[in-house]
Amino acid sequence: MRLNVNGRDLEVSDAVGERRLIAFLREDLDLTGAKNACDIGACGACTVLVDDEPVKICIKRVRDVAGRRVLTIEGLAGPDGALHPLQRAFVERGAIQCGFCTPGMVLVAHAFLLRHPRATRDEIRRAINGNLCRCTGYQQIIDAIEAAAAHYRADAAPAREPPL
Amino acid sequence: MKAADGKGWRNDAHAKVTGRTKYTDDLKFARLLHAAPVYSDFVHARILRVATEEAERAPGVVRVLTARDVPGSNRFGQILRDYRIFADDKVRYNGDVVAMVVAETRDLAIRAAALVRVEAEALPAVLDPEEALLPGSPLVHEGHGSNLVNTHRIRRGSVDLGFRQADFILEERFRTQSVEHAYMEPEVAVCSPRADGVIEVFGSMQHPFSTRRFVAACLGAPLSGVEVVGTPMGGGFGGKDDTAAIVCARAALAAKLLGQPVKLMYRRDWSIRESYKRHPYRVAYKMGVSKDGLITAVQCRIVADGGAYCSVTPWVTWRSTVQCCGPYVVDNVHCDTLGVYTNNVVAGAMRGFGSPQMNFVVEQMVEMAAARLGITGVEFRRRNMVRQGSVTITGQRLDSHKVAMGEVLDAVLAETGYEGKLARCSHGSSDGDELYGVGLAMSYRGVSLGAEGVDFCAAVINVQPDGSILLEVGVHENGQGAESAMSILAAEELGVDLGRIRYRRASTSTVPDSGTTVASRGTIMGGGAVTLAARELKRRMAEAVCGRLQCLAGAVRFEAGELLDPAGHRKVPFDEAIALMFATQHFPHVVGVFRAPKTTWDEHTGHGDAYFTWVYGCQAVELTVNKKTGKVRLLGATAAHDVGRAVNREMVRGQFFGGMAMATGYALHEEVRSKDGRITNPNLNTYRIPRSTDLPEMTAIIIENPDPHSPSGAKALGEPTNEILAPAIANAVFNATGRRPFSLPIRLSALPDEPLEEDCRL
Repeated sequence: MRLNVNGRDLEVSDAVGERRLIAFLREDLDLTGAKNACDIGACGACTVLVDDEPVKICIKRVRDVAGRRVLTIEGLAGPDGALHPLQRAFVERGAIQCGFCTPGMVLVAHAFLLRHPRATRDEIRRAINGNLCRCTGYQQIIDAIEAAAAHYRADAAPAREPPL
Repeated sequence: MKAADGKGWRNDAHAKVTGRTKYTDDLKFARLLHAAPVYSDFVHARILRVATEEAERAPGVVRVLTARDVPGSNRFGQILRDYRIFADDKVRYNGDVVAMVVAETRDLAIRAAALVRVEAEALPAVLDPEEALLPGSPLVHEGHGSNLVNTHRIRRGSVDLGFRQADFILEERFRTQSVEHAYMEPEVAVCSPRADGVIEVFGSMQHPFSTRRFVAACLGAPLSGVEVVGTPMGGGFGGKDDTAAIVCARAALAAKLLGQPVKLMYRRDWSIRESYKRHPYRVAYKMGVSKDGLITAVQCRIVADGGAYCSVTPWVTWRSTVQCCGPYVVDNVHCDTLGVYTNNVVAGAMRGFGSPQMNFVVEQMVEMAAARLGITGVEFRRRNMVRQGSVTITGQRLDSHKVAMGEVLDAVLAETGYEGKLARCSHGSSDGDELYGVGLAMSYRGVSLGAEGVDFCAAVINVQPDGSILLEVGVHENGQGAESAMSILAAEELGVDLGRIRYRRASTSTVPDSGTTVASRGTIMGGGAVTLAARELKRRMAEAVCGRLQCLAGAVRFEAGELLDPAGHRKVPFDEAIALMFATQHFPHVVGVFRAPKTTWDEHTGHGDAYFTWVYGCQAVELTVNKKTGKVRLLGATAAHDVGRAVNREMVRGQFFGGMAMATGYALHEEVRSKDGRITNPNLNTYRIPRSTDLPEMTAIIIENPDPHSPSGAKALGEPTNEILAPAIANAVFNATGRRPFSLPIRLSALPDEPLEEDCRL
């Protein structure tokens, strides 16, 4: 079966198709941004985007995403390492502490802003409801998502900044 | 890149936001083996035999380890050595690990773990801390002689006299619950034998030095034979000490015996089952109050359920004792505190460390006293709170720093318009379904370890020949941004750009044992060490260049990457000064050590200068309670804390919000539930930590009164933010409903017809 991960087309065997998707990404592809934290789809630390929709992959198999487009946190920044404006906002607004929830949180926010670039603060708060963070109280995460929203509006240029 | 550019600079943010940070489970090792713990179904039992044969024959299994395989000490602990690497004589709680399976894959290890059989004689379990103290109760540790882990006491003045002076006496009982830290990253360790015989430990733990002691004791190795390498970790909150250290010790044991790297990665349900929790408390509290609104006496009895092992129960309960009257001046105090063994899950350190429980009690007592007097809780607090020069209940005069109790209270009142909102509270009646309430709470908190232990920290500044700077500090990055704060302090003190500083994550083999990154001591102790190291470096650099600057060494200024004479006429670039030092073999390598000022404690009377400085905080919350469902909705929360000095403002704000969020969970959502000693909500679907939609918009008011005893001026913040929102919510719930919550988490049944659940009262 085929799938696309971060823009790369991959062909995998049926045996690999039976593997847990998170193990496939972390162990086979060394994409360790998605984290194991609860194993039951309760916390969102393993979130990736499948065709631009957030999916908690600790409860998925590789075959569940056959023929689909998977975006992990490693695929969000530019090929030169330049931060996506959403990532830059997370950095600048103090939205990162231990960082364990950050990849999932950024991807959930990315998917949400793609569809709702004019979301209100309350809508942002509801959008990240399925992703747990124990460090930040979510306040600066919401600040960051709100600040980045402008970059998702139709007239905004896709700005990326060089790596720090 | 300037420290004070207003953005939340972090040295690790770029790597974290791009997913490139390598946490322990992300590290790759050749020939890696995987381990899984084996639990028994027992809660309290005498172990007869641990049958490992079947598991040893299972596919992929390399070895099954039990207590018999420990070459060093199977028993260890920070205070009492009662923790077991593997349960040997008894199972003392349901989270005790009796064996560990090492296999080629994690799945195979987990599968084989189910094949280990524990033959044991079940013993009656003691699950209630008060019953545990009764004569004839089953003993958790027979060798200890009783289930009493420790006691603390305060005897101040005469409570008999104080209660006689009172115009009324309030007497209430409170109960708090067991709480899980719920760090997002579960416990994990990878241990690898190095060619020189050293065991390297990579793990999610917040106390590398404590971990090293556990590992070395287990292996029977010298401290130099174990190197704990600082590794990025996904949160700790006090929770990654003993349990995390034991997880590291087990992996290290397997690595040592098998000569191969071994990973022990915890599942969430194992983590919640085994790891220690915040202590459940029962508190009986009696307060005498005069008609002019002064507290005349306090008598209290505090019973803390420490669970199956000692852990740090004596230290946790000590803080509860010292702070048992909140930030109030009370001349007559009689406090007895008891830490108790039970067969419940172990209790140990958690953010707050004995204060969230007591603040839940005290900050409601003062509201009850105020109501009885017909004055506001704010007015009652003002009459009794500590001020500049006040003497605490342990006899410590607060005159070494600015006592900012009134300042933080005023800040919260002004920001929230509190007293206007107080007048609008529903007190149980409203036209619609929603009852409205506002509430506040305040505290003072002794900073760092206090008389718990020796308190110092070291930092190493090692400037390279090109002028770039390596910084190492004996505090640990738990996720809070310690490395960034340390870097900012070094850059500011040296007058150089932050880009010049490279924080080198320390290992236990490169910096002196600086204690543990707990007790909100990272910034004050680590920052103190960094500041002193930077000052020493400046002294040496100034000596090297004062000839060229034609001024006294003591007069050299360090600004914007240059060394200048007092008038600024002559300059030497920082790089050139360093080059000059290397040329003359005056190496710019300095060790800074900050020793905390002396504290004192008399265990018999409970008198002493318990902490070398204190911080002050106040938080208020606004909420509604639905009459039909009892559901509490938070509308807003505001906090003011005196942090001494804010080193990294965005990170400081993050501590405010994170602490308040965690306290919201404590107040309304969280409880480790168990049935017959077995935890029934061992994952994040049933153990409910706050979600984004459970929280209101929060406001952080940073108050800065630099502390004269802190070289950097900074004090503490991590725990203060987490210790008062629960009582503020309880007070707001009372102001909304007219019903007072005496237990945590606050559970409201439908209002107003049905009474509060009876178990809210003891």
